[in-house]
Amino acid sequence: MSDAGARGAVEPPQAKREHWSGQTAFILAAVGSAVGLGNIWRFPAVAYENGGGAFVVPYLIALLTAGIPILFLENAIGHRFRGSAPLSMHRVHRHAEGVGWFQIGINFVIGLYYTAVIAWALSYFYFSFTLAYADDPQGFFLEDYLQLGTPGEVSVSFVPGVVIPLVIVWGIAIGTLALGLHKGVERLNIIGMPLLVATFLILVIRALMLPGAVDGVEALFTPDFSALSDPNVWIAAYGQIFFSLSLAYGVMITYASYRKRRSNITGPGLVVAFGNSSFELLAGIAVFAALGFFAHDQGTTVAELEGIAGPMLSFVTFPAVIAQMPGGWIFGALFFASLVLAGLTSLISLLQTMSAALQDKFGWNPRTSAVSLGVVSAVLSVAGFGTTSGLILLDTVDQWSNQLGIVAAAVGMIAAALWFGKRATELERHLAAVSPMRPGRYWHLLVSAVAVLLVYMFVTKAISLVKDGYEGYPTWYLVVFGWGTIAFLVAMGLVMPRFAWRDDLEHPHIWPSREQLRLPAEVGAPVTEEFDPAIYEVDPGDGHDAGPGARTEEDGR
Amino acid sequence: MSGESLLLMLLSMVVIWGGLAAAITMLVRRPHHEHMPPGGEDDPPADD
Repeated sequence: MSDAGARGAVEPPQAKREHWSGQTAFILAAVGSAVGLGNIWRFPAVAYENGGGAFVVPYLIALLTAGIPILFLENAIGHRFRGSAPLSMHRVHRHAEGVGWFQIGINFVIGLYYTAVIAWALSYFYFSFTLAYADDPQGFFLEDYLQLGTPGEVSVSFVPGVVIPLVIVWGIAIGTLALGLHKGVERLNIIGMPLLVATFLILVIRALMLPGAVDGVEALFTPDFSALSDPNVWIAAYGQIFFSLSLAYGVMITYASYRKRRSNITGPGLVVAFGNSSFELLAGIAVFAALGFFAHDQGTTVAELEGIAGPMLSFVTFPAVIAQMPGGWIFGALFFASLVLAGLTSLISLLQTMSAALQDKFGWNPRTSAVSLGVVSAVLSVAGFGTTSGLILLDTVDQWSNQLGIVAAAVGMIAAALWFGKRATELERHLAAVSPMRPGRYWHLLVSAVAVLLVYMFVTKAISLVKDGYEGYPTWYLVVFGWGTIAFLVAMGLVMPRFAWRDDLEHPHIWPSREQLRLPAEVGAPVTEEFDPAIYEVDPGDGHDAGPGARTEEDGR
Repeated sequence: MSGESLLLMLLSMVVIWGGLAAAITMLVRRPHHEHMPPGGEDDPPADD
């Protein structure tokens, strides 16, 4: 198999493609995708429960050996093969398109319930002005607000308090998506991300001034070095990095495909990875400072507190903290505004990834794609998560799509690109050709090693779910909505590749060509030539420039 | 706050926030590769 355009043949007409307006826009959008609800309600608890201050050791090792290498892989695939996740994977290997559609299926499923959580946060932003949740936060959340039914129930009883904000969130999402990449997605992130960081900085400063805050921060950072000998702590660190960076959703493939060809890929990748972790650390300090205050107020310790992770942290524990705080409504409004902003920028990345795939497959424009996708999703989202059984459905679908689906998608992507597609050297040289910082020739070995760890994580999680079920929910319910989710993802991967791509995508223009990267024309053939990007150094005396496409992304800003 | 916790907190901040600062500095100093292969014209922009 050889790639079109590889040997300087006459290039066919190029397909139209949207572009980021510049490097900064891409970085903000990618950080916006990575920084989501999990940074706020997952990282602090994972760190606290896995060695406290000592967790930073496995966390950083996981960032450097798994997070950044896989991020580079996704960026390289998207930037080189210039398409949505399914199209890029199709170009990586003709049988790998299904992996891309499996990822699109995950985005679809997660998008359905992610909007519900943003809708809850939007409601709580409104409730903060009257502190409506203050008297009995748990009762208010589960009974008054969600009107939660019993596990195993499939309710058709809609909750207006959830449905209305859910429709508003879908309206914002569809509108943003319909405006296209530049006017919609990019603008949302350019406004939303600085606003999110500024809001969170105010939250951190306020939280740190509360009595007991220092005790909370101390609880987070008190090291338990014995935890480092526990393999589960290391798996938790790799899991946190993996889930937090939005890896294997196909988002980073899609976002990188919108970069201009002559763009630095590894440099912005590092900024995105460290930017995500920086926000996590900030969130950890804010959350534990607030928990420290709450423990101090209740005359207990942070260790005794319950509900320090997930939706219970945000919608039960935090409202309880806010209720005890002087001027708590301001803190509450800022906290829930942060959740809405972090959620929206991540949600848009999921939807844009799906929209891009539909545009590539069927030739739809952004508006048609946004409205078709958005309306179908909104109806399913309201039907599933706007009812009294929404929270239990969310909990179930999240467990299967996130803990199994994403892990399987990552292994599939790595196997297709590196093991079966034999693109490791090509992608490494692609990154080296366009970026000042080379990933190094051992980069793909790290990625392959992580895939082995991911297989282990998948198998242990699958065995646990088969053997023990989940949260005591009825078996039939888990089969239908848990394993049914996996069946849907597999069906997406099998059925969607049967539809033809739009006509102008048949002959991709791949740059730099395999010849320019000193690779044999045939993919998979032994690589005999070394590659040094310095061979393209311009000799000031020879009158040559870098060619007609010599403008870099920075020139376009 | 104990010395051990304080040290771990500072270490985390230096490495993670310092890593972000270093990555941004590196990007500002070398925003793009000086020696790219010839070609690399962009696809025509799609209508938003």
